[in-house]
Amino acid sequence: MLNFRNFPCRKTLLAVAFAGGTSLALISLPAHADNIQDAQRFLKQGQHSQALEQVDKFLSGKPKDAQGRFLKGLILTEMGKTNDAVGIFTKLTEDYPELPEPYNNLAVIYAQQKQYDKAKQALEMAIRTHPSYATAHENLGDIYARLASQAYDKALQLDKGNASAQSKLAMIRDLMGSRPAAKPAAVKPVAAEVKVAETRPVETKPVATPEPKPVAPAPVATAPAPLAVAPTPAAATPAKPAVEAKPAAEQKPAGDANVEVAKAVASWASAWSKKDVKDYLAHYAKDFKTPDGESRSAWESERNKRIARPSSIQVSIENMRVTLNGADRATAKFRQHYKAGSFKASTSKILEMVRNDGKWLIQQEKIGN
Amino acid sequence: MFKALRARFIPFILAFCVTAAVAAGGPRYTDSGPEPLLANVLAQIEANKWEAALRQTEDLLKAYPNFRLAHLIKGDLLLARTKQLKAFGEGGTLAAGDKVADLRDEALARLKAYKSKPNGDYVPRYLLQMQADQKYAVVVDTQKARLYVYQNDKGTPRFVADYYISHGKLGDAKLKEGDKKTPIGVYHVTSSLPRQKLTDFYGSGAFPINYPNEWDKRQGRNGHGIWLHGTPSDTFSRPPKASDGCVVLANQDLDALSKNLQVGLTPVIISNSIEWLSLDDWQAERQSLLTMINEWREDWESRDTDRYARHYSKKFQSDGQGQQAWIEQKRRINAAKSWIKVATGDISMFRNPGKEEYVVVTFDQDYRSSNLSNLMKKRQYWIKEDGRWKIAFEGAA
Repeated sequence: MLNFRNFPCRKTLLAVAFAGGTSLALISLPAHADNIQDAQRFLKQGQHSQALEQVDKFLSGKPKDAQGRFLKGLILTEMGKTNDAVGIFTKLTEDYPELPEPYNNLAVIYAQQKQYDKAKQALEMAIRTHPSYATAHENLGDIYARLASQAYDKALQLDKGNASAQSKLAMIRDLMGSRPAAKPAAVKPVAAEVKVAETRPVETKPVATPEPKPVAPAPVATAPAPLAVAPTPAAATPAKPAVEAKPAAEQKPAGDANVEVAKAVASWASAWSKKDVKDYLAHYAKDFKTPDGESRSAWESERNKRIARPSSIQVSIENMRVTLNGADRATAKFRQHYKAGSFKASTSKILEMVRNDGKWLIQQEKIGN
Repeated sequence: MFKALRARFIPFILAFCVTAAVAAGGPRYTDSGPEPLLANVLAQIEANKWEAALRQTEDLLKAYPNFRLAHLIKGDLLLARTKQLKAFGEGGTLAAGDKVADLRDEALARLKAYKSKPNGDYVPRYLLQMQADQKYAVVVDTQKARLYVYQNDKGTPRFVADYYISHGKLGDAKLKEGDKKTPIGVYHVTSSLPRQKLTDFYGSGAFPINYPNEWDKRQGRNGHGIWLHGTPSDTFSRPPKASDGCVVLANQDLDALSKNLQVGLTPVIISNSIEWLSLDDWQAERQSLLTMINEWREDWESRDTDRYARHYSKKFQSDGQGQQAWIEQKRRINAAKSWIKVATGDISMFRNPGKEEYVVVTFDQDYRSSNLSNLMKKRQYWIKEDGRWKIAFEGAA
């Protein structure tokens, strides 16, 4: 099953591309998987020509394969052959208009070329295919901000001679520029995190259809992930259904524990609403699985930024259902209503909770359907 | 996603206060400027139609690529998608707060003017009478940042066009050189300076006017170089208060206007805030003054100097002569004549805007008498004194 829109929400444009690539890997033929994985490894190591060689080998056998072509687009982008990369991604959008990733990556390249209008169009297409594709929304936000900045420059004649104006704008640009998203340089390290090795043994299933099946349109009802906050969606279908399927556990008189979990979640939402980052982060377990597998400190600093940015945040919780899995584990499912300023989004959330020293903490945070 | 954006612009629109549903039902004129599009954009914003607003803003920029106000609105429309905006031009305020304020003023001025297009049944009080060969008259309203063009339709002024303008940085009612103010008064175009003779700053051309006029000089006002002119090539329009005293139009507006300007003829009346008269009231005011002028002419012909003298103000000044000296001289001259015939033709009468109540009257004077005849263009300044129109200045035009 293709589940792009639920793919880990990365800030890095190309990183998502990689993530998307990874998910595409799930459905590629195992026969050719070696080439693909080699190509990915080479790319990760910065050995672009070898990566290209491998992916070309793969594509010679399966010239239509979406994942291979996608990977080739990434490699070419890395090699600075942006025109070729644009060609590949564009063709992918034509052959697989339901995939948001090629659009997204086209947008990244366009944005790097300062063709913000084209970038905007591409991202809008990505969102049209997958209305809740958080990264595209986030990137689109960036593009809007850049376009806005251009418009302001023109409006206010903030030319190079205007030192004060420039330095202030440069600061804003830098803030955005410092997000790994826009900097090609930042792409590599993140790309290196592609967890092929990690995911493969668990999830690779030989699937008969090598080509992506027409993906059912994403449910539009799912509100888009808020731009201002990374809701850190994880794979929608929990990798281990075991977590869910334990109705037996509920036989225990666990009313107290249920209440405790609910309280912990409410307290988490309240800390978030108060923009109390310290308190908010204190609700996460030490072994919290960061959504992209990034380091705890990287994730924390990102959360910090995102919570600080909006002038106000309101998070409320509706329809909470708590399932206990033994004495120290629980799953909390609920509808999360997020409001930052006048921006609103509603999402289904699943929190995997663990009890540590009598305190319920979040071990994993997912977006549900 | 766009649903979520809804309320974002509301505060900015409220701050705007002039909403854009303007001119919806009112009379339609030849709207050549950006105001109709601009008004539409704001109407869309108010209706929470962001996409449409952005599209129309882009249309606006296609038509007016250097329209900074439109760029600012575009910036807002884009930025509003990433964060909540509390103020107009918010994304630019940090870097250039005063410039944003200027653009906001421009937006307000343009929309207000668009909303209150002149009613066809009303005319600016100042255009009491145009000469037959004055095809057009120009009336400026500094408060509204607007210039109105009137066509001389067999003596009746008919509104034909209006344009956004900028005036002095420090406002109007110019007194002296360098005060960065625009004069208030009755002037006319004195020459035409083509683009080639000017730096880019003046845009597509310039039309100097005769500030300081006789009245200004009498009041001790000085300064020079008050022009109507265009904008630099990278600028569509400037803020409402931007010049050193000149009246500045967008180049395309100046080009359109210049077709109607007659050097040495076209009146340029600059007011702080135009007073409008219904055509009936205008007719009455005009008639009463024409009657006074006719009485003055008849009294002059009568050679009864006392009757003639009642038309002259205590404040009269001409060539260094006060009222007494003027009258005594006339008395001596009239005594030597057996008859006088005075004909006035092609009269123009323009009322001064503002506090000083006077009318600039210009006409062809055909003077014949038993011992002397001459033909001249005469100019008089009539003021209200003790409830009557009287002459405060008289001389060759």
